[in-house]
Amino acid sequence: MAGITATQLVKEYPGGVRGVDEIDVEITDGEFFALLGPSGCGKTTLLRSIAGLEAITSGTLVIGDRDVTNAEPGVRGVAMVFQDYALFPHMDVGDNIAYPMRIKRVKRDERRSTAERVGDGLSLQGLIERRPGQLSGGQQQRVALARAVATTPDVLLLDEPLSNLDARLRLEARTFLKELQRDLGVTTVFVTHDQAEALALADRIAVMRAGKLQQIGTPREVFQRPNNTFVAGFIGSTPMNLVPATVEGGSIAIGDARVPVPVGTEGLVRDGQAVIWGIRPEYLRWSPTEQPGGIPAVVSVVENLGASVLIAVHAGELKFQVVVPEDQEPAPGDRGWIVPQAPKTLLFDAESTQRIG
Amino acid sequence: MTSTPTPTSTPTSTTTPPVAPPPNVRKVAANASLRHFLSRVAFAIVMTIVGVLFALPMVWLVLAPFDATPSLTLSWPDWTLDNFARLFENPYALRSIGNSLLLGVATMVIVVGFGALAAYAMSRIRIPGRDGILYGLLLLSSIVTGTAAMVPTFQIITQLGLINSYTGVVLVLAGGILPTVIFILKDFMDSIPKSYEESARLYGAGPFRILRDVVAPIARPGLAFIAIWTIVQVWGNFLVPFILLRSPDLQPAAVVMYTFYTESGQADLRLISAFALLFSAPVLIIYFVVNRRYGFRFHGGIKS
Repeated sequence: MAGITATQLVKEYPGGVRGVDEIDVEITDGEFFALLGPSGCGKTTLLRSIAGLEAITSGTLVIGDRDVTNAEPGVRGVAMVFQDYALFPHMDVGDNIAYPMRIKRVKRDERRSTAERVGDGLSLQGLIERRPGQLSGGQQQRVALARAVATTPDVLLLDEPLSNLDARLRLEARTFLKELQRDLGVTTVFVTHDQAEALALADRIAVMRAGKLQQIGTPREVFQRPNNTFVAGFIGSTPMNLVPATVEGGSIAIGDARVPVPVGTEGLVRDGQAVIWGIRPEYLRWSPTEQPGGIPAVVSVVENLGASVLIAVHAGELKFQVVVPEDQEPAPGDRGWIVPQAPKTLLFDAESTQRIG
Repeated sequence: MTSTPTPTSTPTSTTTPPVAPPPNVRKVAANASLRHFLSRVAFAIVMTIVGVLFALPMVWLVLAPFDATPSLTLSWPDWTLDNFARLFENPYALRSIGNSLLLGVATMVIVVGFGALAAYAMSRIRIPGRDGILYGLLLLSSIVTGTAAMVPTFQIITQLGLINSYTGVVLVLAGGILPTVIFILKDFMDSIPKSYEESARLYGAGPFRILRDVVAPIARPGLAFIAIWTIVQVWGNFLVPFILLRSPDLQPAAVVMYTFYTESGQADLRLISAFALLFSAPVLIIYFVVNRRYGFRFHGGIKS
């Protein structure tokens, strides 16, 4: 068991493109840590740098108390489950699970018994003799996990662990992964582009964009107090409403409407400052009658989400998304007011896009 | 398309009596099916002629060795095994088959070994102009074992002191075959996902270990194909051993066949026919064994 500390980590590709740009991150022992970001943000590159599959350009990487910046992948005490699982098609499940032990010259009988024991723990009973090609996607993933944990690694790395499963299986596998990680207590880093997956699984999340770290925090922190507008827009099943506004005499002017200055930003903004006002669609209310602090708007699109409805509304030039309960569903063209829950509103600087307060 | 003579299907049904279709419709339909039938017959005849033309040499190959007086025409044999008895008395005949096998296997070992290593490297390491190198090699390889480079090849091998030795022959043959092999194997290696190797690397496997445990087993059909193809190439190669080997007892089968003449200087068809059957047997056996074992289709002919 070991924590991971990356300091000023840089991975530069030939041609000067930085896949990972001066990343500082500290992952504590036993933590379930998510690297989250859109495709091409460098999250997989960072994971592969930790594994040792990518040579680190500069900075240091410490696993446990050893500096492994330039160490070979095989000696880092790291196991990884690849996105395509990378099961060897010419070996049966038992041999696949036991392959790391074969390299470490463990005797055949012992390898086989360990493989069976680990396989049983991951509900792979009776599949030991099969070839990977004869297994379902979920079973293949469990074999890959079994192979990774059979050697009791210090660190477990998962590259998009759920992306190759179909939607229904994904939920099941998500719960399974969380249980497995808790039972083993192994430091786990996983990469995902799905914010819901990161929020559901991780103890802490690192949000990345263009090789740079945007925010590190618990799921609740990144959801409720995003550091900047990028994180605000990326986290959440529907992106946060972000509208340009100005500070005017102790309140925020959004178009013709006025809303109060968000809690905690009083005194940090000056009159006339250009800001971005943000609120999640879940924290907006739709009212057909005029409300104090409401913004007048017209419904343009109604999308059914099952138990709730996502409506898109126009307030002058500005567009908002609002989640309303199913029994209050308006029709397109309806006029009304959107009412923000004041404590849930956020303010970002218009130039730096950083959160104020 | 053939039109069925029913009233509803003819667009002119409103102007003609509904029960009796116009006579010309029926005629056209009959003509069309007759034409179809005739074209099928013509096709069958042409294909039969082509098939027979291809089969005749094969039939000759099987029948002539058992004929007391074989000629270049095909005739029902006057059954005998004398030809084989005479062939086995020839001091060079059987030995040459062994020589061919030796040359084939030695070349195959070199080609598969070096080919696999080179193709793996070519597939995994970025080299500027890699495709250019591969195509260039492929182009040049047809020259190495070809007629055009006969003289320089002979001179190089003479200066190396490898004339009249198997080392020289195997080197030249392997050199000629390797580029094609690397080209084919690189494609096989490209199709193996990199994550397999990375996964093995993470567990501490070195490059040779990965090649042995992961890459080679997955590329096995490709390697098997290359092995067989190399033996077949060497088996049928006449020019290289003919130029580079002097002693008659070192000659492979393809060259020895060329020496079967009667005292009067005519081709000895009795020996040649028997030897030809013997010569083609090993390749056929290999084909069936490999086909059963690996189940891949072995396309392409045996060229010499």
